[in-house]
Amino acid sequence: MKQHPATNRWRTIDIVVAAVIAVAFGVIFWAWGLLWRAVDPAFAFFPAGQAVMYGVWLVPAVLGGLIIRKPGAALFCEAVAATISALLGSEWGGITIVQGLIQGLGAELAFAAFRYRSFRLPTALLAGTLTGLGAALFDFFVWNVDYALGSYRIPYALLTVVSAAIIAGVGGWYLTRALAGTGALDRFPAARDRTLV
Amino acid sequence: MSSVLVRGFGWRHAGRRAWAVRGVDLRVESGERVLLLGPSGAGKSTLLAALAGLLPEDSGEQEGTVEIDGLDPRKGRERVGIVFQDPESQLVMARSGDDVAFGLENRGVPAGEIWPRVDEALRRVGFPYHRDRPTAALSGGEQQRLALAGVLALRPGLLLLDEPTANLDPAGAALVRDAVAGALDADTTLILVEHRVADALPLVDRVVVLEPGGGVRADGTPEAVFGAHGDALAAEGVWVPGRPVPPRRAVAPAGDLLLTADRLGLPPRLAPTDLGVRAGEALAVLGPNGAGKSTLALLLGGLLRPGAGTVTASPALAGPDARTPPHRWRAPALARRIGSVFQDPEHQFVTGTVFDELALGPRRTGSPEPAIRATVDALLARLRLERLAAANPYTLSGGEARRLSVATALATAPRLLICDEPTFGQDRRTWLELVDLFAEQRDGGHGVVTVTHDPEFVAALADRTLTLGRA
Amino acid sequence: MITLEPVAAPDAPLARRNPVAKLAAALVFSFIMIATLDPVAPAIAVAVELAVLPLFGVRFRVLARRAWPLLLGAVGILVTLVLFAAERSGRVLVEAGPVVVTSGVLLTALGLVLRMFAVALPGVIVFATTDPTDLADALIQNAKAPARFAIGALAAFRLVPLLGQEWQMISLARRARGVDAGRNPLAKLRLFVSTAFALLVGAIRRGTRLAVAMDARGFDAGTPRTVARRQRFGAADGLLIAGAAAVAGAALTVSVLLGTFRPLIG
Ligand SMILES: Nc1ncnc2c1ncn2[C@@H]1O[C@H](COP(=O)(O)OP(=O)(O)OP(=O)(O)O)[C@@H](O)[C@H]1O
Ligand SMILES: Nc1ncnc2c1ncn2[C@@H]1O[C@H](COP(=O)(O)OP(=O)(O)OP(=O)(O)O)[C@@H](O)[C@H]1O
Ligand SMILES: [Mg+2]
Ligand SMILES: [Mg+2]
Repeated sequence: MKQHPATNRWRTIDIVVAAVIAVAFGVIFWAWGLLWRAVDPAFAFFPAGQAVMYGVWLVPAVLGGLIIRKPGAALFCEAVAATISALLGSEWGGITIVQGLIQGLGAELAFAAFRYRSFRLPTALLAGTLTGLGAALFDFFVWNVDYALGSYRIPYALLTVVSAAIIAGVGGWYLTRALAGTGALDRFPAARDRTLV
Repeated sequence: MSSVLVRGFGWRHAGRRAWAVRGVDLRVESGERVLLLGPSGAGKSTLLAALAGLLPEDSGEQEGTVEIDGLDPRKGRERVGIVFQDPESQLVMARSGDDVAFGLENRGVPAGEIWPRVDEALRRVGFPYHRDRPTAALSGGEQQRLALAGVLALRPGLLLLDEPTANLDPAGAALVRDAVAGALDADTTLILVEHRVADALPLVDRVVVLEPGGGVRADGTPEAVFGAHGDALAAEGVWVPGRPVPPRRAVAPAGDLLLTADRLGLPPRLAPTDLGVRAGEALAVLGPNGAGKSTLALLLGGLLRPGAGTVTASPALAGPDARTPPHRWRAPALARRIGSVFQDPEHQFVTGTVFDELALGPRRTGSPEPAIRATVDALLARLRLERLAAANPYTLSGGEARRLSVATALATAPRLLICDEPTFGQDRRTWLELVDLFAEQRDGGHGVVTVTHDPEFVAALADRTLTLGRA
Repeated sequence: MITLEPVAAPDAPLARRNPVAKLAAALVFSFIMIATLDPVAPAIAVAVELAVLPLFGVRFRVLARRAWPLLLGAVGILVTLVLFAAERSGRVLVEAGPVVVTSGVLLTALGLVLRMFAVALPGVIVFATTDPTDLADALIQNAKAPARFAIGALAAFRLVPLLGQEWQMISLARRARGVDAGRNPLAKLRLFVSTAFALLVGAIRRGTRLAVAMDARGFDAGTPRTVARRQRFGAADGLLIAGAAAVAGAALTVSVLLGTFRPLIG
């Protein structure tokens, strides 16, 4: 079977499943927030350390790109996820959408750099790193300006990128494989690498 | 008004080695009403999808041809309307009227004609609300009727229905069947898939039976097909009408009380209910969609905290733990005493293979490894799942997934078993196996509670019934 | 639990405006506010935002319920700034080891907190008054968004409450199988991951079925779509966007005239 789809035109199933991934992550984020509050105070004394968990918010971008394998998938997934969290009443309102677009753009660039032909682990790692970079840049210039450069802004940005590379990049790749193993991706090229049953 | 011509058709899903359906030759004339039968996994849904033009080339491999009025169904989609088994995932919009309008918009119907056609379609299926009604606020039966309206508004020449009443209570199922009967134009061609043949016969004049290995097993009027092949079809799993199932009555009177519910409720999902379950008895819980049966099952299973009233375990069930209510027990202790089978089997799967799935409960409750192997092997054999021991639970067919979910609850040998809709959408063979299994449990001194819409199941197994009203 | 209930009176004068206009107005307003670090402009902006609340039909209680996590954010900003402020000008108020709190730090903190509210609230207000179906319709008809993508996302959005319920069912099913985490945080994380995975698998399956159902009703057949619900973009909608820009601009101007303006870049 072919590794990449025959055309770049999105099928209905591509659109809906990409959006559903975003929606599911909206729900997962909501539950993750509850869990976080339960195991929280660990970061009170080193707030920059919280960036370690940043990667979780960026998983949809990489996952969408790896599953759908079409131009725009990473961007669409992350932007829809952001819009959905805004519609569900995120406290950040409309700015989440802009943030989502910037983060999604990072992953999108990584897949585009390989001309939407490679969806292996190194590509995923790059995609995770670049969405992390998008997120880190936005926070660096928009939210963290007034904080000390050496002891906060830079470690925060670095941790964001590392966390995104590992959780969203590597994590997203393993997640795609695990999903393919359940048969849920049978109508996507991501599942074609699997052995027949 | 549409005719169907299928020649040597076969389809293999991407990622599968076996053909889902193969060697089918079939001709359906305009205006005919056909019931499509076959055991679970025979490929009925796949064939309907092919007729509706919903098997894209990139999703598998095709043999032979399918034509609707001489056209490839992927090109002639506007002639065909299809309603699937699960209404929840075929409603597209948030408001009922918008959902019916969705298909009309896609077909490019002029804006001025859309709303009159929406209202007309809603009227024909007897939809009881205004078109602003949120789709999320509809019961299963109402959703199913709305899905039917969405298809009828498009005025298809060929109507395909895939188990349109599987999740409904008997009254809701009758309403949907009446809606179908009342909404068909005289010249609309109908192909219906439905496991419960007796209910479907008034709607059809011809029966086609698919052979699981490939090809058409039988084709003709209902009398002819069931007269000639009745016994063989019944043995393979088709619900041939007029063949009652043997009842499995209790062999001994019920024993100790295991669990009592006292004014148990969870507003607004469940109104206060009293109930007691004994060892060696099978209790069936009945009631319309939305009455709170599943909620009751979760409360009895120690999974939800009661909103009102109490659940009390007896010392016979819980020993010294009987002083605390089941929802406060730790999970392993709970799994050892009360086994729960959920309405949707896929919710229940935790591991990557069928074997691990069965071994999970015993491992969590601390059984030694050789004993676990023995338990799992016995269950695999009992439920015809040996071949699938290494398969991923999510890839099983509906019937297999249902058997596995029951087996997972049995693996910890709980004294009390609570099952939510264990028989829906099952062919006759799986159904009989499940009844046997529950009867064995009961006769071995376990308590069995089943939530069900299935009157035959109640008649065959239940010693006692409890009927819930609407909350 | 997650719900999609409307939270505002739908016929309030500004809530009735075109969803695209509302969204654009909120974004314009937020963008202008993001550009400053001083406390004056955001203070004016927050005052205006609270003043127009009745025009959107949003009650203060509703806003408070949605926006209270921002208060946590405010505390976070204060703590972080006390520990990691880039500048510590002004009079020293508290000095305890490495922690030096000056009046300049507090002023910066005030600016950042007000700015966060000024930037976030417009979006919160607009989304509280916007029906997702109307938003998708308006995006297609007034903002020329591709219909297939907008409608596909809308259809998926309908699954949100269903998935919320599904999360609960999966958690209960795990308990029934003898799996719980007790107090062990690592076990909690593992349980979270396995529940999230089951949710994702179920969601993708549902999405696949939904896409097939949409195709079956001619969604992607190539016929030009018509629209059953017309969304209009009138003069009032244009005025809303212009008004948002004008108010935000005026707030900045006041800050510049008072000499407090501190741009984000530069
Ligand atoms: N999307 C899919 N991908 C891979 N295999 C599939 C897919 N859909 C169905 N199958 C397989 O094809 C075979 C036929 O399935 P189908 O759903 O058509 O059966 P059915 O006759 O409708 O059964 P049931 O009565 O249980 O609904 C089964 O073995 C099933 O596992
Ligand atoms: N998680 C939930 N949160 C809120 N309401 C719920 C939830 N689950 C079910 N309900 C509502 O509670 C009522 C009872 O639901 P329940 O699932 O117990 O009914 P049921 O008798 O099992 O119906 P069915 O026959 O359709 O399975 C319904 O009106 C349902 O919409
Ligand atoms: Mg089927
Ligand atoms: Mg139920």
